[in-house]
Amino acid sequence: MSIAIIDYGSGNLRSAEKAFARVAAGLSGDRKVIVTAAPEQVLKADHIVLPGVGAFGDCAEGLRAIDGMEEALNQRVRQQAYPFLGICVGMQLICATGHERGTHRGFGWVDGAVEPLDVPSTLKVPHMGWNDLHITTDHPVFAGLHGQDAYFVHGYAARPSAQHVIAATTDYGGPVVAGLACDTICGTQFHPEKSQQTGLRLIANFLEWKP
Amino acid sequence: MLKVRIIPCLDVHDGRVVKGVNFVDLVDAGDPVAAARAYDAAGADELCFLDISASHENRDTLIGVVRETAEHCFMPVTVGGGVRSEADVRKLLLAGADKVSFNTTAVRDPDVVAASAAKFGSQCIVVAIDAKQTDEGRWEIFTHGGREATGLEAIGFAQDMAARGAGEILLTSMDRDGTKSGFDLELTRRVADAVPIPVIASGGVGCLEDLVNGVRQGHASAVLAASIFHFGTYTIAEAKQAMAQAGLPVRQ
Repeated sequence: MSIAIIDYGSGNLRSAEKAFARVAAGLSGDRKVIVTAAPEQVLKADHIVLPGVGAFGDCAEGLRAIDGMEEALNQRVRQQAYPFLGICVGMQLICATGHERGTHRGFGWVDGAVEPLDVPSTLKVPHMGWNDLHITTDHPVFAGLHGQDAYFVHGYAARPSAQHVIAATTDYGGPVVAGLACDTICGTQFHPEKSQQTGLRLIANFLEWKP
Repeated sequence: MLKVRIIPCLDVHDGRVVKGVNFVDLVDAGDPVAAARAYDAAGADELCFLDISASHENRDTLIGVVRETAEHCFMPVTVGGGVRSEADVRKLLLAGADKVSFNTTAVRDPDVVAASAAKFGSQCIVVAIDAKQTDEGRWEIFTHGGREATGLEAIGFAQDMAARGAGEILLTSMDRDGTKSGFDLELTRRVADAVPIPVIASGGVGCLEDLVNGVRQGHASAVLAASIFHFGTYTIAEAKQAMAQAGLPVRQ
């Protein structure tokens, strides 16, 4: 089975690659982690991971600069229903629009927007550090994570139109979307590749998930 | 609830961990990757590598340390020291750093901070401020390991950096660094209260109560220490326990 981590010029790929490789090595079956910028690899992948560090617009632009990548993602994830995990901005990109330094178009897989964190002025932005997860679904990818601390670092948050796609929240001046799930798509606002055992658990859940 | 972060800092010189006492008289304290793994296992919330190598040629050594750390440690890592350009930021992020810290460059060329924040996002841009008290209620920024005065006032500078897109301030009191007499709480509070972004208190930790005070009285979002952890005076678990007993939220 191949796990494709998409390389589109967003940083932090090495951490994601190493975390997925570590987890994959401990699971049954022959699982191979590849970091790729090639749409044809995405079209052959069994699991697709979209990491993301940076601003929404830059990430969207970087991804679309790869000829055929957005189409490949749409085909593999939306039409052929292969499992997808978006991390941080990678999760945000599945929303319809992002309002970070201008308005940018996302994939539109989930109806809703990515907007600045709306917190009291006593709270710092970015929301940076470890915060506990409130899992709001029985989705297998988020199993066993309720109450666990995960590492967040973001100034913008997803606001999906439909509540049922929210898989997890965390409390930062009110509930903030920490995870999304619908169809074969999952996303985490936190960084599983940086969340020690909690993160490795989520990655294992994702790799064993058979939607 | 967001937890208070405890961050051990590893000063790295030519690929080896050292700890400066007031930034002179360096003592070799080992292999940085081994130290990072130990802190990962001990439950540190984040790790900070500070490259204090004198020359730019040693950057690749640091990149190697970051790459190897990212292979073994699935925790957030901040890297600073000698970061001069957007290209430097990109290289470190690609090696596995989560946040990159500007120090001298933020003073000399603040536009690089703004450009890097625009390119990579504020969440990965840290500005490290080394400040010394020069008068009642006035702290001045020093660069080059505390040797060069800049004439810049620390609180206003921190506000300027936040406005330019920095996502976090790593604030070190040069007066306290290496003294084990506690953070400069007034400086920390003045800066933390003046900026909308998180502030990491640094410089002077000698006991666990100092860590508590950094948050309670200094209003810091995170506390950074080196010697007390490196030399085994206290463990990360003991630090967390002390903070929890003081009523501060920590990750267990």
